[in-house]
Amino acid sequence: MELIQQLINGVSLGSIYALIALGYTMVYGIVKLINFAHGDVFMVGSFVGFYSITVLDLSFVPALLISMTVCALFGVLIERIAYKPLRNATRIAALITAIGVSLLIEYGFIYVRGAQPEAYPNDVLPTDKFNIFGVSINSQSILIFGVAVVLMIILQIIVHKSKIGKAMRAVSYDADAAKLMGINVDNTISATFAIGSALAGAAGVIFGIYYIKIEPLMGVLPGLKAFVAAVLGGIGIIPGAMVGGLLLGVIEALVSAAGYSLWRDAVAFVVLILILIFMPQGLFGKNKKEKV
Amino acid sequence: MTTIKRAKGFWLSILLSLIFFAVVQVLIGGGSLNPFYQNTLMFIGINIILAASLHLIIGITGQFSIGHAGFLAVGAYASAVMTMKLEMPFYAALIVGGLASALAGLIIGIPSLRLKGDYLAIATLGFGEIVRIMLLNIDYVGGASGMQVSHLTTWPWVFASVIVTIIVIRNFTSSTHGRACISIREDETAADSMGINTTYYKVVAFAIGAFFAGIAGGLYAHNFYIIQPSNFGFLKSFDILILVVLGGLGSLSGAVLAAILLTVVTTFLQDYPETRMIIYSLVLIVMMLYRPQGLMGTKEITSMFKRKGGSSHEKNKNTAA
Repeated sequence: MELIQQLINGVSLGSIYALIALGYTMVYGIVKLINFAHGDVFMVGSFVGFYSITVLDLSFVPALLISMTVCALFGVLIERIAYKPLRNATRIAALITAIGVSLLIEYGFIYVRGAQPEAYPNDVLPTDKFNIFGVSINSQSILIFGVAVVLMIILQIIVHKSKIGKAMRAVSYDADAAKLMGINVDNTISATFAIGSALAGAAGVIFGIYYIKIEPLMGVLPGLKAFVAAVLGGIGIIPGAMVGGLLLGVIEALVSAAGYSLWRDAVAFVVLILILIFMPQGLFGKNKKEKV
Repeated sequence: MTTIKRAKGFWLSILLSLIFFAVVQVLIGGGSLNPFYQNTLMFIGINIILAASLHLIIGITGQFSIGHAGFLAVGAYASAVMTMKLEMPFYAALIVGGLASALAGLIIGIPSLRLKGDYLAIATLGFGEIVRIMLLNIDYVGGASGMQVSHLTTWPWVFASVIVTIIVIRNFTSSTHGRACISIREDETAADSMGINTTYYKVVAFAIGAFFAGIAGGLYAHNFYIIQPSNFGFLKSFDILILVVLGGLGSLSGAVLAAILLTVVTTFLQDYPETRMIIYSLVLIVMMLYRPQGLMGTKEITSMFKRKGGSSHEKNKNTAA
C-alpha cells in the first residue's frame, strides 16, 4: 500500500515535471536551444499565482489563468530581447546567453523582492482524503493530475488542429522551407515560447499549491529535472515530454520510498547520463544519422 | 632563430615572474600586505588555475563543459582527506587531489564525450550535481555540515601551482596533441577524417583539465577552514565558466586576465552577492550579443608584441602571478 501511495506522489510530481518539460521540448524542437531560463519562468509563474491568490484574493482557476498569461508574455519578452538576435549565432553562444538570462532573472528577482520564501495558503484547493482499498489519496493530487492532463490535451489540440500549431510543426521540421511557404517564422517562434511559458506558469501555481513553500531559486532544480524528462522522452517530441515527466516523477518517488530520499536529486542526473549514453534519441525519438 | 628567440622570451618571463614572486613574498613576510590582500591574491591564483584548466577543455578542445565545480570538489575533498584524515604532507595531498580529479575526468569523460554540444553541457552539469550530492551523503567527509581543514595554502604553493599549470597548458596547446585538440574544436568530423583519434584527444584534454582543477581544489580547500558540498554547486561552475567566456574562448592569456579582473570585482562586491550575480549575468548576455568571441578572441597577449621583434613569449605569466 505504501508503494501505491508513493506512486501517486510520483505521478503528482511527475505531472509538474511534464508541464515544464513541454516548454523545454517545444522550444528545443523549434530553435534548438536549451532554454535555461525556463525553470525561472516556472518560478515567476509560481509567484504570480501566489500574489493573485493572497493579494488579489482570487480563487484557483483565475490565479492559474493570470499566471499563465503573465508567463506567456514574459516568455515572449525573453525570446525577443535575448534569443532573437542570436538566431544565427553558434549553439554555444546561445547556450551561454540562456544561462545568463536564467541567472539574471533569479538574482534580479532577489534584488527587487528579497530572497525570503513565501508559503501558499493551504485552503486554495479542498484537501479531502479518500480511502480507496486502504490507500489514502489526497484530493489535491487528483486535481493536480487532472489540471495537467487537461492542459496537455489542450496543447495537443493546439498543436495538431490549429493553424499556429501547423506552423509550429512546419518550422520545427524545416525553418527555411517554412519561411519560403510564407510562414512567419518569428511569430511562430514567439508563439512557441508563449505556449511553453504559459505551461511553466501553470506548473508553478500547481507546485506552490502542492508543496506550499516557494522561493526565488525554486526553479533551478525542477527546471533541470524537467529538461532531463524532456531528454528522456526524446527532445522535441511533445508526447515524449509528458511520458518522460511522469516517468521521472515516479522514479524519484520510488527512490524516496526505498529509503534513499537524500539521493533523490542525484537520480534524475544519473538517469540523464544513462539515457544520453545508451539511448540519446530518447524513448520516443528517431535515430538521426550524421551527415557531412 | 625563432626557437632561440622563443626560448629567450620564455626564460625572460620566468625571470620576471620570479621577481614578482620574490617581491610579493617579501611584502608578505614584512607584514605590509594585510590578510585581506593576501587572501585576494590566493583567490586570484586559484581562479587562474581554474580558468586555465577550463580553457583547455572549452577554449582549446571545444568541449562545452559546465560541471567544472565537480572536479574542483573532487580535488578539494581528496586533498582534504589526505591531510586531515591520513596526515599526509601538503604536496602529496595536492597531487592526490589532482589525480583523483583526473580519474573522475576519465570516468565521466569516456562515456559522455560521445555526446556533443548541448547534450555534453547538460551531462557535465549533471555530473557536477551528482558529485555534490554524493559528498552530501558521505558521512566520512562530514556530509552537509562539511569538513574541517587546516590552513596550509601559502603564497609559494599558489604561485608554483599557477606557474606549472600555465606552462603545462601552454606547452600542451602548442604541441602535436594540442593541435589535434584545436582541430577537434574547429571541426570534429573533419579532424576525424584526417585520422585524428578524436575520442582519445577529447578524453586527454578532459583529464588534464580535471587534474589542474583538482590541484586548484586542493589549494581552495586548504585556504579555508571548512569545506562544504554547497560550495561546489553549479553556480561555482558558472563562476568558472564566465572567466573563460569573458577572456575569450581559446585565449589562455584572456582567461588569466579575466580571472584576475573578476576576482578583484568579486572581492569588492563581497557584501552584495546579488549585485555580483546580476553583473555576471549581464556580462554573459551582453558579451554573447555583441562580442561572442570574448575579450581576446583566440588571440594571446604575446601576439600583440610579436611584430615588435619577438618580445617575451609568455608575457601573460607575469600578469598571471
